[in-house]
Amino acid sequence: MTFLDVKGLVAGYGSEPVLCGVDLAVPEGGLLAVLGPSGCGKTTLLRVLAGFHPVRDGQVVLADRLLAGGSVHVPPERRGIGIVPQEGALFPHLTVAGNVGFGLPRHGRRNGRVDELLDLVGLSGYGARMPAQLSGGQQQRVALARALAPRPGVVLMDEPFSSLDASLRDELRVDVRAALRAFGATAVLVTHDQGEALGVADAVAVLRNGVVAQLGAPQQVYTDPADLGVALFVGEAVTFDAVARDGVAETPLGRLPVHGRASGAGTVLVRPEQLLVGDHGEVAGVVATVDDVLFHGHDATVLLRLANGTRMRSRVQGVLPAQPGDEVAVRVSGTALFFPERRS
Amino acid sequence: MVWEVLVRPRTLDLAVRSLTLAVAVTAACVLLGVLGAWLVVRSDLPGRRAVGVLLVLPLAVPSYVAGFTWLGLAPRMTGFVGAFLVLTLVSFPYVLLPVAATLRAADPAVEEVARALGRTSGQAFLSVTLRQIRPAATAGGLLVALYVLSDFGAVSLMRFEAFTLGIYTSYRATFDRTPAAILGCVLVVLAIALTVGERRARGTVATRGRRTPTTVPLGRARVPALLGTTALLGLSLGVPVFGLGWWLAAGSSSGDGDLLMTTWHTVAVAGLGALLTIVLALPVGVLAARYRGPLVRGVELASFAGHALPGITVGLALVFFGVRLVPGLYQTTAMLAFAYAVLFLPLAVGAVRTAVAHAPPVLEDVARSLGRGRAATQFLVTMPLAAPGILAGAALVFLTSAKELPATLMLRPTGVDTLATELWTKTEVAAYAAAAPYAAVLLVVAAIPAVLLDRFLRGGER
Repeated sequence: MTFLDVKGLVAGYGSEPVLCGVDLAVPEGGLLAVLGPSGCGKTTLLRVLAGFHPVRDGQVVLADRLLAGGSVHVPPERRGIGIVPQEGALFPHLTVAGNVGFGLPRHGRRNGRVDELLDLVGLSGYGARMPAQLSGGQQQRVALARALAPRPGVVLMDEPFSSLDASLRDELRVDVRAALRAFGATAVLVTHDQGEALGVADAVAVLRNGVVAQLGAPQQVYTDPADLGVALFVGEAVTFDAVARDGVAETPLGRLPVHGRASGAGTVLVRPEQLLVGDHGEVAGVVATVDDVLFHGHDATVLLRLANGTRMRSRVQGVLPAQPGDEVAVRVSGTALFFPERRS
Repeated sequence: MVWEVLVRPRTLDLAVRSLTLAVAVTAACVLLGVLGAWLVVRSDLPGRRAVGVLLVLPLAVPSYVAGFTWLGLAPRMTGFVGAFLVLTLVSFPYVLLPVAATLRAADPAVEEVARALGRTSGQAFLSVTLRQIRPAATAGGLLVALYVLSDFGAVSLMRFEAFTLGIYTSYRATFDRTPAAILGCVLVVLAIALTVGERRARGTVATRGRRTPTTVPLGRARVPALLGTTALLGLSLGVPVFGLGWWLAAGSSSGDGDLLMTTWHTVAVAGLGALLTIVLALPVGVLAARYRGPLVRGVELASFAGHALPGITVGLALVFFGVRLVPGLYQTTAMLAFAYAVLFLPLAVGAVRTAVAHAPPVLEDVARSLGRGRAATQFLVTMPLAAPGILAGAALVFLTSAKELPATLMLRPTGVDTLATELWTKTEVAAYAAAAPYAAVLLVVAAIPAVLLDRFLRGGER
């Protein structure tokens, strides 16, 4: 059942709207990631949902209650929507406990609720500290506990992990997800980081030019993108112009099976992890030259160049014997994506 | 009538004197300020950190206190030379401060590029560095010029007939106050013209760098540079401090009860003024910090107008206002507090605006999303965060009011003397020893809020 329902949302600042008809639906307890490049209207969307920015058209409904739309504009303090801003934005003049208890009624601050929340985000015993004494990750945890304290209908998070370094980010993502689940909280997270959106959310909405280009499960958005733009935005890829006939396309990488039984001119798209690289003879495939190898430890990215000049990236597990300048064989595993040419 | 006053030779004479003094003092201050700032920031002058702090302190010396100590040492040093010397020595930090800040922030890479392209260090300074500090130097120069135009204390003690003294004499001499009012308006026009001129001359804003600039070895210039800065410090700080001490030691203790009463009056009147000013400044400052638009630009403009509005003109305007419209308030403490509010409101609005801007709006958003209304959010989040800055503004208005002379002279209630007016009256009749205790207490009264505030702010940072 849809818990947070956004329909035909239009909002903006000047004459040109930033959001031009956004539709979103989040079930109760769900975690939706809104993914989009910078300047696509993600932050405006959050501000509209929280009640800091008016809607021009469309509506926002939370648990069957109309929050915004038509002549209705419920002020932020009466929406029951919590926010976790970028970098936490803790009240610097209050202790950690003071921050977490800010949204609670006076009697609610003393019955152990604050401790319970701090416990949940892994910061038991930090109540007396000041925000300036906490690390960036700890501040984010307190900000989440503060937002969850008054049991909001929805928690909105604005790029909550972007200011942290990579190792801390993963740990915090896992903990945030656990905390949200433990509370049964519904959450919306906006980010420009594909890995973050795909890795943490139950559903991903790709926001582009003020409209939702696709809304679906992370896997669906990655493996079955709505169009070429979404496909290119959610992950790395190599593309070829090609003509398909009965589900097979002729490409510089050979004849590839494509999704559906597509026919006609269009674009073939292959993900880096689909490109298998091996020695001549060992792998039956097309010959490519290794331009460079970027070693990451757990895996490596191999930059390849085909005889026709096409460049592409392949992700390779384990130890790779290839060196820049070597000739290798490349084969595509699985089916490729195919996007028919749009006729205008 | 208006035209007659305007075209009188005396009006032109006063204007020429005031402008000459302003130009001379500004030129001297720009020279001293730029040189001092360069020595403190960019050279290897021994003890340059301490020198940097000491060179800012003359700002805290009211011009009439400096004038009084100089007169005590050299009673015949009156007229243009005396006024020029005293005003230069108390106001050169207005140039030194912004120029030093710009030199610290300026990107040294620009200068290095000029060197790499074949300029000598001297050429690089002239062609690159000097251009970077020009906006700061002209802005500082403007403050000096406005300060000189509106200064009353130093010119009256030095008996130099500048515009402000002319206004005061004309105000005292006759019952018809219209000539004084017209002269006051001319002074405001001069000040506004200066402000507009400075905005045009300011030029492009200097770029910001991240590295600290390299130090330039002074070499053989080291000894003269050291002697020069020592002399400047001696003249601008040593003379007032030594002069006061000398007169205090020699002083005939003239009625301690008087001194106590006068101190109390000063604290009461300045305190009331500070309170009224901050109460008036709060709503304007909060609006200016949170919203963009014509209002914010208006506030910015008003803050310039505030710098350009001489105390003597405001005093005069309120005398008219009081006598004609609200005789009940004329020569009351309330009227004087209101005069301080008019004079120093821009100062307070600036402080409130900066303080409120310190509390990021995102915190207000968070508080609202946690169920607090607009008023509760202001009270629980914004005000606690802005309090130190607002208190700083109040303290600033307090000490500026305590030092204010011309408006206080005109508007104080009969029989109420403040430290500043008493000092001025005593010095007028050359009773230097009797004046010294008032000067000393005035410095203490003005210094206490500054010191307390400094500690308070530093405590808040930790």
